[in-house]
Amino acid sequence: MAALTPISRKPMSLVLPTVAAAGGFFGLFIGTSNGSGIMGVLIGALMAVVGAVLYIFVLKNEKLGKGLTIALYGALGFWFGGLAAAIVGLLYGWFIQWFSYWLYEGRYRARLLPYLTPGQVLWHYSFRVICGAIFTFLITPILVVMPLSFNAQDFFTFTPEMLRLDPAGYSLKHYQDFFTNNEWQRSFKNSLIIAPIATVISVSLGTLAAIGLSQSHVPGRRAIMAIMISPMIVPLIISATGMFFFYSDIGNWLEGTLGMNKTFVGYVKVVLAHAVLGIPFVIITVTATLVGFDRSLTRAAANMGANPVTTFFRVQMPLILPGVISGGLFAFITSFDEVVVVLFVGSASQKTLPWQMFTGLREQISPTILAVATILVGISILLLATVELLRRRSERLRGMSPS
Amino acid sequence: MGGPVSPQKIGRHISLTCENNGDIMTDATSQSGPMLAADGTPLKKSLARALRMQKTRALMLIAPLLVFVLVSFIFPIGKMLFKSVENDIVVETIPLTVAELQNWDAESGALPDEALYAAFVSDMVVAINAKRHTRLGTRLNYEHTGMSSLFRKSGRKIKKLDPATDGPFKEQLIAIDKKWGDVTTWAVIKTHSVKITNGYFLNAIDMQRTPEGAQAQPEDKRILIKLFQRTLFMSLMITVSCILLGYPVAWLLANLPSRTANILMILVLLPFWTSLLVRTSAWKVMLQQQGVINEVLVWIGLVADDARLVMINNQFGTIVAMTHILLPFMILPMYSVMQTIQPTYLRAAKSMGATNWTAFWRVYFPLSVPGIGAGSILVFILAIGYYITPEIVGGTKGVFISNRIAYHISSSLNWGLAAALGTILLGVVLLLYWCYDKIVGIDNVKLG
Repeated sequence: MAALTPISRKPMSLVLPTVAAAGGFFGLFIGTSNGSGIMGVLIGALMAVVGAVLYIFVLKNEKLGKGLTIALYGALGFWFGGLAAAIVGLLYGWFIQWFSYWLYEGRYRARLLPYLTPGQVLWHYSFRVICGAIFTFLITPILVVMPLSFNAQDFFTFTPEMLRLDPAGYSLKHYQDFFTNNEWQRSFKNSLIIAPIATVISVSLGTLAAIGLSQSHVPGRRAIMAIMISPMIVPLIISATGMFFFYSDIGNWLEGTLGMNKTFVGYVKVVLAHAVLGIPFVIITVTATLVGFDRSLTRAAANMGANPVTTFFRVQMPLILPGVISGGLFAFITSFDEVVVVLFVGSASQKTLPWQMFTGLREQISPTILAVATILVGISILLLATVELLRRRSERLRGMSPS
Repeated sequence: MGGPVSPQKIGRHISLTCENNGDIMTDATSQSGPMLAADGTPLKKSLARALRMQKTRALMLIAPLLVFVLVSFIFPIGKMLFKSVENDIVVETIPLTVAELQNWDAESGALPDEALYAAFVSDMVVAINAKRHTRLGTRLNYEHTGMSSLFRKSGRKIKKLDPATDGPFKEQLIAIDKKWGDVTTWAVIKTHSVKITNGYFLNAIDMQRTPEGAQAQPEDKRILIKLFQRTLFMSLMITVSCILLGYPVAWLLANLPSRTANILMILVLLPFWTSLLVRTSAWKVMLQQQGVINEVLVWIGLVADDARLVMINNQFGTIVAMTHILLPFMILPMYSVMQTIQPTYLRAAKSMGATNWTAFWRVYFPLSVPGIGAGSILVFILAIGYYITPEIVGGTKGVFISNRIAYHISSSLNWGLAAALGTILLGVVLLLYWCYDKIVGIDNVKLG
């Protein structure tokens, strides 16, 4: 909705109590941390009300009011608790001043439909606050890990130095540990060996099968689809149990009868197990891409004398490539992130990064895990961005407008 | 499948062959009898051949993957399922004894006769030389405590006996260990000497196979039913909290302008793409006693320093962490359903006098139910088989049936019981999956 609703100033009977409530709410936290909750509520509410009255009746200048409030609360914060508290104070000062004007000028109405009742307006904003809380719940754990990974001490929590934003409280030593420790490096290398090979297997087989499945006459398509998607449906612990028995037999056979190297056989086992787990993702994404694929293009190519292989690589493949790549990324992250199956199928020399993290979390808990976690979050942001770009590109190629 | 061939395909087949034979249309119209294709074969036959070729080509493309999945996934799982009833270890290790046991009536209360003891000793001597008797002992120990040590200890002494010359054995065996003179020992061996057993499944539901048929386990050994109940209960709790948290977010995303919605979508997709272990370790950092949440609560004075909340290693921790991990799986299907609901419906309802609540509850909510259904089944299926997160944040009170399966596979080595538990779990998941297929359809599974 565009800003069509005319806005008008609101009466003090609405503005002052609401501002007081907001001030009191924040005051409560400051108050409890300094001994008395009630005093905090009272002081917070009083300061907010005095501020609002000052802006409206004395200053009558929004910009000046903003500058003064931010400076005042920032200074208060610094006086009470140093640099970090000063930042909290600055933010709060900005908020309470903005909030007072938002209410007083009636700006909260500007973007809403003109005929909404006050109750509906209240619900509209309460709903946003609820959603905001849920988004916070979704993202906080990931955000909390990042600063903690720079902790100078071996704690899993914020130290006083960190809260004071003291540079001595921060260090890169956990990252250093990750890049120098043999255990972590070996498991990282294992992950980098296993995941790409498993991805290549599942992408090449999966793409072929998805093309086959998208033909118009496939006997038993539903059954075949169900079988191929099953690795995603069956709980991992059951897949892992099944593969545990299967691959220990296969491993014994390869080592005993064919006399292969034990480490090599170990890698083969884990790679094959991960390839199966990645297949459903490739099938699903590639099938979805093929739905929008224009069959007359392959016919046109054949008509002009291209053999099926040329047609596939020169006509079909470039068009479905975005789907194939994002399927591949899903397969990659499945393998890169997988721990249950490798725990059962692999042996110590195939220890992957997630496995190392898992043992780290269960036994000798070390903050290096948080550094690794931060690096992995970085990787997943990269992957997410790539998949999103590919999706848009694919939609553009297929002539849809990207949404 | 096998439906009518589309006109283009016939056209293609014909046009490829018509170069040699001139104009096909005049050919076809001038003929009497069955319609012929360009190369002179009847059109029907030629079409059937084209269809068959197409099917073969499709199957050839699918075949490598299908074989790969069948061999390295479906077959291993089938084999694992079979392990839950397979029980040939008793028959293979002591075949003569098992044959003799058929003549013995366990309910008579009398000990078996000398022939059985002799058969047992000759079986055992063979088994001891092959070092297989301890495995048998371990197997029987799952059913009756003490069997493992009985076989191990007696093994050393039975080894010295010669089955051909040293008889009679009945008194000698009872002298080696008086348990051999106990009817129960033989009854246990007899009960578990069948090749295909339901014993593991009975164990999995806290019962046991006894000479008198299936009976409940003693009170102190009944843990698995409780564990199944807890798994179902916690998965249900996780699903419900995912619905409660996911519904508002999905509604907001579906009703915001697409530019804003795309930005907020990142907040949903980022956790979705982040490694499971990263999120689990993040929750460990958040929830533990010296963790971030407790520190913050103590710092702002809501919780006393010596009364920190216990939020980890219990059901609460598992539910919170798993709700967070599975929430995107709830939001995404809900969002895709809600996107298709026209906002004008709500306005129409309101213009006809519905209150906000009525308009939502009678118009919007029923339309969004398919999204809730799809998301709930997905989350429930994923939750019920979870292993990693309960293992790390669940302690002893917050673990699932999968953790028990893992325990039996890697620690207690009671693979039969693990397989039986796995079979039951798989059955539940497949049933739910079938419902999901009915409601949503496998083809409609979308990612990202």
